[in-house]
Amino acid sequence: MEHISFLVAVVIITALAFDFTNGFHDTANASATAIATGALRPKVAVTIAALLNFAGAFLSVKVATTISGGIVNEKAGVHPEIIFAALAGAILWNLLTWLRGLPSSSSHALYGGLIGATIVGVGMNGVNFDTVVTKIIIPAVASPLVAGLASWGATKLAYAITRKGNPAVTDKGFKTGQVVSSSLISLAHGTNDAQKTMGIITLTLVSVGALPHGALPPTWVIVSAGAAIALGTYMGGWRIIRSMGKGLADIKPLQGFASESAVSTVILTSSHMGFGLSTTQVCTGGIMGAGLGGPKPELRWSMVRRMVYTWGLTLPAAGLVSGGAALLAQQGTWGVVLVGAALVAGSATMWLISRRQPVGADNVNDVAEVTPVELTPAAAPANPTPASTTVAA
Amino acid sequence: MHIKWNALAQTAGFSFGITVTVVAVFALGILALSRREAALSAREGDGAGGAAKPALLAGAYACFALCAAAVVYGLVLIAAP
Repeated sequence: MEHISFLVAVVIITALAFDFTNGFHDTANASATAIATGALRPKVAVTIAALLNFAGAFLSVKVATTISGGIVNEKAGVHPEIIFAALAGAILWNLLTWLRGLPSSSSHALYGGLIGATIVGVGMNGVNFDTVVTKIIIPAVASPLVAGLASWGATKLAYAITRKGNPAVTDKGFKTGQVVSSSLISLAHGTNDAQKTMGIITLTLVSVGALPHGALPPTWVIVSAGAAIALGTYMGGWRIIRSMGKGLADIKPLQGFASESAVSTVILTSSHMGFGLSTTQVCTGGIMGAGLGGPKPELRWSMVRRMVYTWGLTLPAAGLVSGGAALLAQQGTWGVVLVGAALVAGSATMWLISRRQPVGADNVNDVAEVTPVELTPAAAPANPTPASTTVAA
Repeated sequence: MHIKWNALAQTAGFSFGITVTVVAVFALGILALSRREAALSAREGDGAGGAAKPALLAGAYACFALCAAAVVYGLVLIAAP
């Protein structure tokens, strides 16, 4: 580790930045339903999620030996420039979807980025398209359906069982259950997603000879990856929490518990069986199932449609941005600097736009009909749309 | 291209079964607690009907213990894949 070049330092910083946006984006997965039902206060929910994400980073003994799980052919010459370009595209897509309050998959953004950057940098032969289908496309379609179905069945059954119970007792009971089930999601998330960043940093260090082949992630890598994802989680992607907790359906504690249980089960069973999947999509599926399984089945289909479009767009969009970034970054140090500058400028712009319509712990449960922030000032009317109603919380 | 449909179906089936079972058992536990609450307030009213109370409480705890066992198993899966 005596010599870490400029490029490697940039890749490590960018990887940690991606890890931060990953936590930031995915806070909603564990905490949206717990916040929406009042099982946990917003700040408490994100604090618990952050701590468990950090703990999750240390929990697994599984070694982060691949960046991509075989999606790109890492031996075909995946240089630090390509990894950097992939990360840049993934970060920008994560921030853009956050700005629109849409829960997209951070893993898909990263994979899309890697695929795009690899096609530009190495060629089509650098990507294993079979693996893309079996490891990304099929789980992406199947997992939200399974989670939704399980959550729907559990909601139906639980309502039937507790129909004659005292509502005050059942609500309190399911809220307590939610604390446990949402914690389990956070822990599983920290284990899965922090590992990805650790893998990227470790393999970058290996590729420049700073670490021997097959090395375990050094302690500083584990700690910094865990810290970055925890910090991101704690900052709370409130816009996404609002979309998922309030934008899809009106979730009661029973439904929140059923959804969170389905999500934890699907994530744990699939990773045990070797299927990678997106926590975000599984969560969205679980919430939809719980919404449809309730006594008054309802979903806000406009939000469902927007989320599904975003899922489909994530892989190609991140791939396009990363492909462009790879083209630049390969030109040498000035190209890397240019991509870095574009990344910082793009992120800053999106943050500034988000300030026009801030969402935080104080107003995360306020709006029932979630309207996305308009990207063009001209299209934003001064008065809110008539459809937006305020819920007396 | 080799797609493991069998493993996929198994994962889906297990996920569905485990979720529905755990949530149903938890709901039964809550129902027991709810009944106990009702029994307690009924006894305060007429001084009778307290007999079912310990059984309901024990039943509720048994349900929650089963759910806790499922959570512990989940933790084991996270820690040692």
